Amino acid sequence: MGQRYRYTLGTQVYNFKNLAQVMAKATPHRSGDRLAGVIAQSAQERAVAQMTLADIPLKAFLNEALIAYEDDEITRLIMDDHDANAFMAIAHLTVGDFRNWLLSDFATSSVLASVRQGITPEMAAAVSKIMRNQDLILIAKKCHVTSAFRNTIGLPGHLSTRLQPNHPTDDINGIAACILDGLLYGNGDAVIGINPATDNVAQAIKLMTLMDEVIQKYEIPTQSCVLTHVTNTIECIEAGAPVDLVFQSIGGTEATNSSFGFSLNTLAEAQDAALSLKRGTVGNNVMYFETGQGSSLSANAHHGLDQQTCETRAYAVARKFNPLLVNTVVGFIGPEYLFDGKEITRAGLEDHFCAKLLGIPMGCDVCYTNHAEADQNDMDNLLTLLGVAGCSFVMGIPGSDDIMLNYQTTSFHDALYVRRVLGSRPAPEFEKWLTNMNIMKNSSDVTLSHSLPAAFAKPLDALAGGRS
Amino acid sequence: MTADFKSNDLANTDHKNNGNVVHNPWRDLRQFTDARIGLGRAGISLPTSEMLAFQLSHAQARDAVNFPLDINEMKAKLATVNTANARVLHLHSQAVDRVTYLQRPDLGRKLNENSRQLLLDFVAEQQQSTQEKYDLAIVVADGLSSLAVQKNAAPFITELLSQLSVNKPLTFAPITLVEQGRVAIGDDIGELLNAQIVMVLIGERPGLSSPDSLGLYLTWEPKTGLNDSLRNCISNIRPAGLPYIDAARRAAYLLNEAKTLKLTGVNLKDRTQDDVIEHQQSSRHFLNAE
Repeated sequence: MGQRYRYTLGTQVYNFKNLAQVMAKATPHRSGDRLAGVIAQSAQERAVAQMTLADIPLKAFLNEALIAYEDDEITRLIMDDHDANAFMAIAHLTVGDFRNWLLSDFATSSVLASVRQGITPEMAAAVSKIMRNQDLILIAKKCHVTSAFRNTIGLPGHLSTRLQPNHPTDDINGIAACILDGLLYGNGDAVIGINPATDNVAQAIKLMTLMDEVIQKYEIPTQSCVLTHVTNTIECIEAGAPVDLVFQSIGGTEATNSSFGFSLNTLAEAQDAALSLKRGTVGNNVMYFETGQGSSLSANAHHGLDQQTCETRAYAVARKFNPLLVNTVVGFIGPEYLFDGKEITRAGLEDHFCAKLLGIPMGCDVCYTNHAEADQNDMDNLLTLLGVAGCSFVMGIPGSDDIMLNYQTTSFHDALYVRRVLGSRPAPEFEKWLTNMNIMKNSSDVTLSHSLPAAFAKPLDALAGGRS
Repeated sequence: MTADFKSNDLANTDHKNNGNVVHNPWRDLRQFTDARIGLGRAGISLPTSEMLAFQLSHAQARDAVNFPLDINEMKAKLATVNTANARVLHLHSQAVDRVTYLQRPDLGRKLNENSRQLLLDFVAEQQQSTQEKYDLAIVVADGLSSLAVQKNAAPFITELLSQLSVNKPLTFAPITLVEQGRVAIGDDIGELLNAQIVMVLIGERPGLSSPDSLGLYLTWEPKTGLNDSLRNCISNIRPAGLPYIDAARRAAYLLNEAKTLKLTGVNLKDRTQDDVIEHQQSSRHFLNAE
């Protein structure tokens, strides 16, 4: 502790007071770090910080906590759960060497899987800061992370989607209409997940029941989730509700999570409760987490760290609970954290890379708000890049437009686009269902059927009849 | 077709029976939701008309963010609103322009030096008439949608005042009009004007189907540095959202409660809601109909 980091460039000596400061100043530009006052003061200072960071041994991250061990349960989790044996293969490397090692042909998918428990979030964040976008894509593609509940997510060559049928008043027919639309466009294998407009236990149970009925009636190999607070979901389980997945937004510091109203103990309790229901058929990953750069700063809980490092520390929380799904809601908070398409793109690739390196089944809500300098073309670019990088899942929402949360994300059509250009497929169990239901005519080239599947034609006919 | 075709000709081309667009028979389900379902497809992609319709909605939302407030028009509108004090004070935050405003919410929360002086001068001028604390200071700030403010602020205030006048009359500070303002700038203003409660009317982050939502925030005993948990909010005030008359009823209720309880925020609950969502009549939906 108290150690100084120094770099001499010509006659100029750059001093960085600690590891956190080197990390923050080495980060590619983003508005949130400027807002927090931790950003490099010039482009040259950033480049020098990156060179300083590249020379730091990975071992230093085990000796210098960015937030004190005594003050933060996430730091304790990271330090206490560190696997020294897994770390041995990379223990001699600096951050710069680590980049070379990750890119080398020696670091195959199985080698990467064997070291992941030895990598701390801070090591992953550090190496990402000295990477180009193509590095983030190339290495992430080598990291295979699969998870399972009623289908299998994250197999190489597959891309799943969360069907997000939100409605501003939780109207059940409005939600059912969006679910139908998504299913008929081949979406919904990661989860059918609703952000409720009214957030309480009774409402959550109602929406869970709705989704459970649809999944059972049409025998869909997928899972549902109401994205309500973890303590609400625990109450739902106690009330006997059909809970598949437990949701929670998580951050990378204890103070962030306190501001979200939970601790690691709360998550453990929720996981136990969900596991006791034994609702999975092909696996028992029962947790669903959302993250996103800027949440710690927004909660005034960032301890002077840059937002990408805080974000990566959240993956330690995720990793502890073997989630089915994790996704970064990359462009949601707004331009005070990620200003434009360029910053959103970079952040999305960093989050996906760091999470996959740490062994998290990472997806991305490729999204933006209308006050950010971004548009659909930026989303197309990031979606394509993440597809190439082997992203586990993205959002699927009618026409990209979330009418409840007032932001834009990827549409049902967008998912089909990326599956077709990259030859990626839905979860195998779900793909089989799409074919059996006659929704997909040819799943290998992503061709939809022209006619309405019989099972869904029936309720639509009944509806038309009922109105006439 | 002539070269100077109209935009709706373009929209119609998709609906010609030329076989390149697959229409979705379930589009009728849009009776249940404003979500963009049943869009149809060209191959697996959006049909031209739907793609362009989205671009138009996005353009409108973007314009809502970037259009500057028409200060003179707003001043004129607000001056005609019937308060005891017809003065409108024009203020500016420390965010010098839109780009700064979007990246630096901290600057949007503070008054610049000229504006601070303007308020100090105003208060000094009032001293001769031994001014007591105002009951209410109304702050109108552009926020993320000047369109919301331009369209909805004056008619909402008019409605609110007509509902308030039934009760014991309140004393009003002059209305302030703020450029590049965030919600918390009301704390500065309310404190300088010596107001018991500040009501900030501000343009909300625009969605594609709602580029003009007005938000309302109430803060008891405003002073610089208060936490957001000490405010009450009413959201989506606009004719297609929460109508003026209903929003004014809720605001009047909250104002009354705040004066009685001497607080705002999480300990002041809005119990006026008569449209509680969980009391929908039926839990049956078309997908599980027998």
